Amino acid sequence: MELILTPEEEKFRDEVREFVSTEVSEEIRRKTMTGFRLNKEDHESWQRKLYAKGWMAPGWPVEHGGTGWTPMQKHIFEEECAAAGAPPVIAFGVTMVAPVIMAFGNQEQKDYYLPRILRSDDWWCQGYSEPGSGSDLASLRTKAVLNGEHYIVNGQKTWTTMAQHANLMFCLVRTSDEGKRQEGISFLLINMEQPGVTVQPIKTIDGSVEINNVFLEDVKVPVANRIGEENKGWTYAKYLLGHERTSIAAVGRSKAQLKRLKTIASAEEQDGKPLIHDPTFKEKIAGIEISLLALESLVLRVLSDESAGKGPGPEASFLKIRGTEVQQGITELLIEAIGNYAHPFVPESMETGWNEDPIGPEHAASIAPHYFNWRKASIYGGSNEIQKNIIAKAVLGF
Amino acid sequence: MSFAFNEDQKLLAETVDRFILDDYSFEQRRRTIAMDGGFDKKNWGRFGALGWLALPIPEEFGGLGGSTVDVAVLLEGFGRGLVVEPYQSTIVLGAETIALAGRVDQKKSLLEKIAEGKKLISFAHTEPRSRFNLQHVELTATKDGESYKLNGEKAVVHNAETADLIIVSARTSGDIRDDDGITLFLVDPKTEGLEFRSYPTIDGLRASELSFDSVVVDSEQVLGDLNTGLKVLERVIDRASVLLCAEAAGAMDTAVKLTVDYIKNREQFGQPIGAFQVLQHRSVEMLGAKDFSRALTYRAAGLIDEGSPNDRARAVSAAKVEAGLGGKLIGQEGVQLHGGMGMTDDMAIGHFFKRLTMIDVLFGNVDFHRRRFSQIS
Repeated sequence: MELILTPEEEKFRDEVREFVSTEVSEEIRRKTMTGFRLNKEDHESWQRKLYAKGWMAPGWPVEHGGTGWTPMQKHIFEEECAAAGAPPVIAFGVTMVAPVIMAFGNQEQKDYYLPRILRSDDWWCQGYSEPGSGSDLASLRTKAVLNGEHYIVNGQKTWTTMAQHANLMFCLVRTSDEGKRQEGISFLLINMEQPGVTVQPIKTIDGSVEINNVFLEDVKVPVANRIGEENKGWTYAKYLLGHERTSIAAVGRSKAQLKRLKTIASAEEQDGKPLIHDPTFKEKIAGIEISLLALESLVLRVLSDESAGKGPGPEASFLKIRGTEVQQGITELLIEAIGNYAHPFVPESMETGWNEDPIGPEHAASIAPHYFNWRKASIYGGSNEIQKNIIAKAVLGF
Repeated sequence: MSFAFNEDQKLLAETVDRFILDDYSFEQRRRTIAMDGGFDKKNWGRFGALGWLALPIPEEFGGLGGSTVDVAVLLEGFGRGLVVEPYQSTIVLGAETIALAGRVDQKKSLLEKIAEGKKLISFAHTEPRSRFNLQHVELTATKDGESYKLNGEKAVVHNAETADLIIVSARTSGDIRDDDGITLFLVDPKTEGLEFRSYPTIDGLRASELSFDSVVVDSEQVLGDLNTGLKVLERVIDRASVLLCAEAAGAMDTAVKLTVDYIKNREQFGQPIGAFQVLQHRSVEMLGAKDFSRALTYRAAGLIDEGSPNDRARAVSAAKVEAGLGGKLIGQEGVQLHGGMGMTDDMAIGHFFKRLTMIDVLFGNVDFHRRRFSQIS
């Protein structure tokens, strides 16, 4: 699945390829390629390398430290990083909170946070969902009461991805119960390393702990940590959701996973022949590949609209739906490919420092856990049902 | 073929449902999984006392001589609670193989003890490269005087570490994937040269990789006739597949109920999310998948004791395909409709999803059984 590139783009691709092939360490490459767990240090060390090269924030305007790349260049960059087994850049800082700070933050906030995000000085997490507020996010109840120069925040956030690593959280809180529910929400930046903040891990069905409950009990947040105006947080959050779409499609990652699927299906045997020669299996792979090709085409289209100054429209919800369907489809074929070795469950074998022999082929260890873990993709970031509601309402006019 | 349960089957269904309801809650199951060997020996004793272990064993060897449909009723009940005790290994695969292939003295010495819960059996057939192909046996057994020497590997052998005896398929002649030349052996797990590597499975069971390095087995321990083990394996695994589908039917039933219950209670946008038609329709699809799969399963269970070999094979493959598809739909949708909660280890739905997924992988997945169905006329 090769992109059709101009000579300049080819030159750019070679430059990126050269960079990632030298800078992604063998250990990291092995981890990402076998689906083993990356630790905090793995992510941060890669992000610092990107920073040193000036490539940490390709999506940002140049004045804040962006690269000034064309949409196609950004796309090539993501694809090359994924193909080389680079750790995914943690999105919470650079792709999620940063655009909100740029658009709605004051000068002081921009000057303070944006360089820190570029340097990966902070690890951000997202405080949106609550136990009673999932798809219906606007019903959130975590309360922030103004008391002099501080808000006092009480409530509970949930599904908070990698909160265990985070020192900062961008958080939606209720500052008013009057009027429409959406109009009483504010956007706060909360220091996680202070009294009253408790992070409690949630174990998921694949045995991993990447999501958390975050309890906020009389947490003091300076008014200076509010982004924009009080009670306007919903608008900012919606702005952010629009920004999440093209990266959530994860075309580069899916291409790398598709390649991995083909490698594994070539190594796995059926009746003494490589599984990939089985016509049924081959057609299933083709089905996913075509689906991914369509996704990539739509992503490029949305990216070029963006660079022409048009923000991503509600069609971008399709990117989330199709993107996660493709990701999940690949995990389904992976689990089929490994046959009986889907059964063993040895989570330690996916951690750094494990040095015993694998059970069955090494490529098998992470596949079933990953399949189960990846069911989250059609739930998070606005479930795929919610995405369809958005399209139905905003595009079809229902 | 009768589609209604008889009185005994109704009583059995009630008894097992009662057991799951009273003594096999999600929390109890979680504790059971953490026990030594991965199951509760007290439960095993109860299964014996209730006659469940004796159910399919022939009456002349201390059993109840129950039909495949009888056992399916029991296993459907087990599926509702995701029972982890080694019924499949010891009874469905172990006792059945011994009853089908064993000499009279072997049956006498083993079956009654199995029925009483005094002996656990494990069934080692799958190999690292065999995938779902029953003929694929690389492990060799070479005659050496009055005994055999076994060399090779077995993969994902459920409940091997707790077994008193392991049934092992080995190649005594022919090539890796020949129909002829497979012989079954009864192997003492403590025999020198037999190494275990044990681990939990993703659906809460226990399994092992076995490696055989010149493991000496007496010729008396051959199970059935030399070189004709494939016929036995086909029969046993066909029956085990149907019974696995019965377990799936029970698991699907609970998964659908959990999901419907959840969406009727979970409120978003000021109403239960179950009030949304789109979710109602998806729940209906789940229910239908369960009903069709279950119907096909009992059809196969009825045929397996009576039908011709081809009818039997087609019926089993059809049931396994429908259970695989239904299990996948219900597992995936069950989690999706639970939203983030469905992803958590604390909710039961994810555990049903995992078991249903692994049921598809056991004894051949959807693609394998579709192909097999298409190849039998």
